[in-house]
Amino acid sequence: MSATETTVAPVGVWRSSLRLWRTRIGLALVLLLVLIAIVGPWVASFTPSEFAGTPNTRHVPGTWLGTDYLGQDVVSRFLHGGRSILWMASVSTFLGFVCGAAIGLVAAYNRGRLDDVLMRGMDILLAFPQLLLALVALTTIGPESWLIITIVAFTTMPRIARITRGAAVPVVERDFIGAAEALGESRFRIITKELLPNVTGPLLVEANLRLTYSIATIAGLGFLGFATEVNAADWGQMVQENRTALTVAPWGTLLPALAIALLTVGTGLIADGVSRTVAGVDRGRPDA
Amino acid sequence: MNAENIALEIRGLRIDVAESGADIVDEVDLTIRRGEVLGLVGESGSGKTTIGLAVLGHARRGVAIRHGAVRIGDRDLSGLDAKELRAARGKLVSYVPQDPGTALNPALRIGKQILEVLETHGFGADQAEREARVVEVLSEVMLPGVPEFLRRYPHQLSGGQQQRVGLAMAFACRPAVIVLDEPTTGLDVSTQTHVLATIRDLAARHGVAALYVTHDLAVVATLADQVAVMYAGRVVEQGATADIFANPAHPYTRYLVAAAPEMDGDRQMVGLVGRAPSPGKRPVGCSFALRCELATEECVAEFPAVTDVGTDRPHQVRCVHAFGVPDRTAQRIATTSSVVRNSDVALSIRHVDAGYSGSKVVHDVSFDIQRGECVALVGESGSGKSTLSRSIGGLHREWTGEIVLDGTPLEKSSRNRPVDQRLSIQYVFQNPYSSLHPRRPVAESIARPLAIAGVDAREAAVEVDRMLERVSLSSAYGSRYPDQLSGGERQRVAIARALVSKPHMLICDEVTSALDVLVQAAIIELLVDLQRDLGLAMLFVTHNLPLVRSIAQRVAVMSDGKIVELGETAQTLRDPQEEYTKRLLADTPVIPTFDAR
Repeated sequence: MSATETTVAPVGVWRSSLRLWRTRIGLALVLLLVLIAIVGPWVASFTPSEFAGTPNTRHVPGTWLGTDYLGQDVVSRFLHGGRSILWMASVSTFLGFVCGAAIGLVAAYNRGRLDDVLMRGMDILLAFPQLLLALVALTTIGPESWLIITIVAFTTMPRIARITRGAAVPVVERDFIGAAEALGESRFRIITKELLPNVTGPLLVEANLRLTYSIATIAGLGFLGFATEVNAADWGQMVQENRTALTVAPWGTLLPALAIALLTVGTGLIADGVSRTVAGVDRGRPDA
Repeated sequence: MNAENIALEIRGLRIDVAESGADIVDEVDLTIRRGEVLGLVGESGSGKTTIGLAVLGHARRGVAIRHGAVRIGDRDLSGLDAKELRAARGKLVSYVPQDPGTALNPALRIGKQILEVLETHGFGADQAEREARVVEVLSEVMLPGVPEFLRRYPHQLSGGQQQRVGLAMAFACRPAVIVLDEPTTGLDVSTQTHVLATIRDLAARHGVAALYVTHDLAVVATLADQVAVMYAGRVVEQGATADIFANPAHPYTRYLVAAAPEMDGDRQMVGLVGRAPSPGKRPVGCSFALRCELATEECVAEFPAVTDVGTDRPHQVRCVHAFGVPDRTAQRIATTSSVVRNSDVALSIRHVDAGYSGSKVVHDVSFDIQRGECVALVGESGSGKSTLSRSIGGLHREWTGEIVLDGTPLEKSSRNRPVDQRLSIQYVFQNPYSSLHPRRPVAESIARPLAIAGVDAREAAVEVDRMLERVSLSSAYGSRYPDQLSGGERQRVAIARALVSKPHMLICDEVTSALDVLVQAAIIELLVDLQRDLGLAMLFVTHNLPLVRSIAQRVAVMSDGKIVELGETAQTLRDPQEEYTKRLLADTPVIPTFDAR
């Protein structure tokens, strides 16, 4: 009878999503891999490009899981290789997120012509396949970290913008926005203080999902050979370098592949947990 | 009572929250005879819809029918399994929901949709007979049964037509019992009048027993033969409509009647603060005792038993102080002429046209609002009243003409108006569930206008507390979030926010239409108080004509974007000059005078 609307405070979304096992497992996986990436280089027994023994050998004294195609220690390279992918994925997702959210909010709040211009622009960006765009740019300009970050951020942005706009449009229709306008609050304040806090739920879900895709994309680019430096320790690149020796010395490929898989599964699980909480599926509300 | 005539009988019904076992409704006994309409009245959360659904053998998810019997004719629904229930629904008992717009399948043509009901229940011998029945049932609800109408989709019908189709579907298989859940909420008064007449006529003509669930006393008074009043999950009073309204036995019923606006006469609309205890938090004694002026120790000890206080026909009540009259419910209205009116114009609207990208919805409107005066702007949906009030508030920009506040013409958009102008016109919105920032403690929302005015935070906090007290909330409410408040409390917060900057002009846009009657009356009382004490000029926008009697000194009736009549409230309601106003008055359901027996 009454038009009661359920809203969850952002803190509430996090906290209640942590009641779900899927979120906890996801968070544990992500934390584990982040920890490996951060602490790894200090505990590694070799430097990443140090010669440890016969190449592509399963059992080499002093190494745990053997050597790679250049005779470098697989575990040491694995421990060094997480940093680049993690920071590149995080930074690019963050950039794409901030730009996309800003565009989505501005479009939703202003509607009319500006909305059309912004969102059609985003649609045009969406029309380019992410990987193709990356390949074109990387082959023309060269494999630079800033370029990879820019491309991934650039392709993340329109997706975030769409989600944000979609979530924000119904909020704009609500009267408290009108109340703020009647008081003459500035556009900036209305967008950041009135609108943004009420779309954080879906944004949080999308951000996690986009992070998952960014990790996969950046790892994929590494695998395709767009390494930012030759012979750098990087999970994506390691898979590519060692895949020919998969049968002889499997760990060179398996270990980084496993790490990338667990990382994406982890962020994916978090996204799922948060989205379930936002949708109210598993919020455990007695009156739902 | 002739046993053969009984169409629906509910005995000892108890419905629980499945998980906690808290009672949503309990000890409900209702009887409806063939051709009769029983009005089931109560506030939101009183359990009236739950009972309506139980008559269909249905319980919402998480809700369980614990015990009791629902008998239709000689069949007991509680003994049926899911398949038998499905067969019974539509054929034995049918349902008309609140919102026809969402109840009809938007992808199916009207004719097909009604035909489907008949096919499902195997009505008639063959397809031709069923198709004939579709035409017949449409004519029964006064819709054309012509092929081009049957081929329409729900969105091609008006709200009133959609609800008639809903009625046609419910009556299609000639059920014994029909449950109507607030079927006229959201319809304009004239449409409502016609739909109600159709319901009464169909029920009487085909001997259908109708359970009419609503919160609107005036509708019940004009439609129902019997009335049952619900409070916190129990039926506290039931009897013949005339008895209930002429001589309410339960204090709660008295409050409900006192809260209903009156078109003429001098009865003051009286509200009641507080809310009914929710399931699981209900006391052992009378659940109304906490809010009742007449409550004694006896009331708190145990729930009063059902007693029959009727003289020649049943009139049952659950109260130890039956027929007691709470003092507050007997208040008389302060004569409106006693309000001091000076000729000081607060707001002047001159030749205002307004519209949306080309199409005009407000045509050349001009009137003044004096300082300390409340003008009610009354009209049906689509009359342009909201567009006009939003234009004044600076929320709607597409208007021409002149709106002058305290001698200064206003800019179109609030953003272009200087700070002091923005703060001196304040707006209270219709829906308190959407007008407050959901993730901000209410004190912060109330403090915003002060921050814009440049008041420092400490002073503002004191002012916010004072304002919360002024709207009859305590300062403890400041730290709460809107979803922790009831609808009435939220609307009080919205009023506090509007008044904190000491405006000269307050615009109230349908501020009570989302609220229950008692809450509505309490908000009106508050607004009347505030307006008098603060000397506010007020524009009170509403579709509810009787409501203006209690609050406004003058009333402006709006139709198709024009002011058709503007005059003193009492005068206009008693003796309207314009045809449109007369029709509006005639269509507005009010509680008729029943002679006390």
